[in-house]
Amino acid sequence: MTLDASSLQVVRATDRRLKRSDRSLAASIGLHAGLIIASLVAVFPVFWVLVTSFKPDARAVETSPKLFNESSLDNYTRILGGEKGAFLTWFGNSVLIALLTTVIAVFLSATTGYAASRFRFPGKRSLMMSFLVVQMFPFAVLIVPLYNILIALGLQGTSIGLVLVYCTTAVPFCTYMLKGYFDTIPTDIDEAGRVDGLSPFGVFWRLVMPLAKPGLAVTSFYAFLTAWGEVAFASAFLSAADDSKTLAVGLQVFVQQNRTEWGHLAAASILVAIPAVIVFYLVQRFLVTGLSSGAVKG
Amino acid sequence: MRRFLERHWYAYAMVLPVVVVIAVLVLYPLAQGVFFTFTNINEANIANPVLDRPATYEGVGFKNYLNVLSGDSSYGAFWGTLLRTLIWTFGCVFFHYTIGLGLALLLNREVKGRTLYRVLLILPWAVPAFISAFAWKYMFNAQYGIINQLLRAVGLPDPVWLGQSDWALFAVIVVNVWLGVPFMMVALLGGLQSIPGDLYEAAEMDGATPWQRFRNVTLPGLRSVSSTVILLGIIWTFNMFPVIYLIAGPNPNTRILVTYAFERFFSGASRDYAIASTYGVLILSVLLVFATVYRRALRKQGEVW
Repeated sequence: MTLDASSLQVVRATDRRLKRSDRSLAASIGLHAGLIIASLVAVFPVFWVLVTSFKPDARAVETSPKLFNESSLDNYTRILGGEKGAFLTWFGNSVLIALLTTVIAVFLSATTGYAASRFRFPGKRSLMMSFLVVQMFPFAVLIVPLYNILIALGLQGTSIGLVLVYCTTAVPFCTYMLKGYFDTIPTDIDEAGRVDGLSPFGVFWRLVMPLAKPGLAVTSFYAFLTAWGEVAFASAFLSAADDSKTLAVGLQVFVQQNRTEWGHLAAASILVAIPAVIVFYLVQRFLVTGLSSGAVKG
Repeated sequence: MRRFLERHWYAYAMVLPVVVVIAVLVLYPLAQGVFFTFTNINEANIANPVLDRPATYEGVGFKNYLNVLSGDSSYGAFWGTLLRTLIWTFGCVFFHYTIGLGLALLLNREVKGRTLYRVLLILPWAVPAFISAFAWKYMFNAQYGIINQLLRAVGLPDPVWLGQSDWALFAVIVVNVWLGVPFMMVALLGGLQSIPGDLYEAAEMDGATPWQRFRNVTLPGLRSVSSTVILLGIIWTFNMFPVIYLIAGPNPNTRILVTYAFERFFSGASRDYAIASTYGVLILSVLLVFATVYRRALRKQGEVW
């Protein structure tokens, strides 16, 4: 009895050592100072775009910085009102393309990642290796051959063509992450499901997918951002017609040869960043668990 | 054969869609790209389905490789550009990793407002890269950019950041470090959380100093995450094209291999696809060699720990 009590006390003592209360005041201040400075650096550029987005173009390029300078919502109303190009149409195109990419890429990498995690089949090693190699080739250089293929498939200039191209960039990384995540889910679950009469696909879809939420959240985030912010392929593969552009391409109207409309560009940027930040906010609590298990086992 | 299929068919069924997509949209273009490097293909002689014009390019053997590898400046001064690419890559990844690790260590403590700090620190990752590029370009502007306004206010020299000097390279590295730290931080934070706490307790009992604990518990515990994210980081940074292109444009002082390939590809009327593809194949070769050496080195080191 006494032995138990004393060993418990030892445990509690060492436990306490890691707690906040035991840290010296100086260490606490240093810790917070470090985190605050880093957070400021991380947030400031976004904050500065936000501040600029309310200024008229002419005020955005003045040589003395002010938080407010004839600030108003004019930039936003003009952009949303369509005075600066078909912003809402571009926005719709981007949303459609990004969502399709997310759904297709995550689904494909989930099935592939699951197969790679659970089954031993000939060619598995080379498949995973080829995913790594695929990331090494600069995609910009694939534009001409890809262009020809999309024409041959009748997909050139369509959103679906672009979605497929984005999937090729997103799927390899997502597969790596999801394979790592599936590896952390015990195989007993699969076996129990099989005993209960589920097919391999049933096990995957009804048992494993719901358990893999953190991993799926992270890969969705990644796939969404891949498609949402991509410039080079979108400018090469979408037809020149104004109403088929995505935001990344359309926003170039604010950057002319000699002069940039910084106020309007900033306002448009904020509008573009909002959906990405919303998606980020939805998945952020899963990020740490989802990403690390993928990278640890990767 | 039949038994083989019976045993593996569901695995293959699950993998098949990805294999088809990758094969059609990556491997086939890749093969065609490699083929282009042995020709003189450009905008003027490529087959044009719109104009109904047949292809008239011809094979030139290894001439493209010889031209590029000679380091001639009309072919992008390959060796100088490679050196700059290495500075860019290792500079960025070094700071990604060290800053990311530092922040992950801070966030791994029990600290008030940890969730808020984490959200704020990951924010650069959530903002689309082309938006961040605009933002930084605006802040780096020599006259009205806030960075130079601050430098002037405290009496420091205010360089033309994005002009024809090495400051431009410095500036794009700063931007890319800002962009890339959150990924490293999140991955390493996950790694830190997977190190069992009793290892630290045991080390403390044995009288290990904080530095010794970091050196002998934390770093080995992070080894497998680190090796993966550093390899991925190097591959991604080596081929990081939008940041440089959108911020500095076709500036020879920030030119790395990928941006030059892209310049060759898109600039002017000539659109030299052959040279662009040659650069692509050389980039792939450099990365393949690197990845092989890296994996081998890791495997050797693995026995030490």
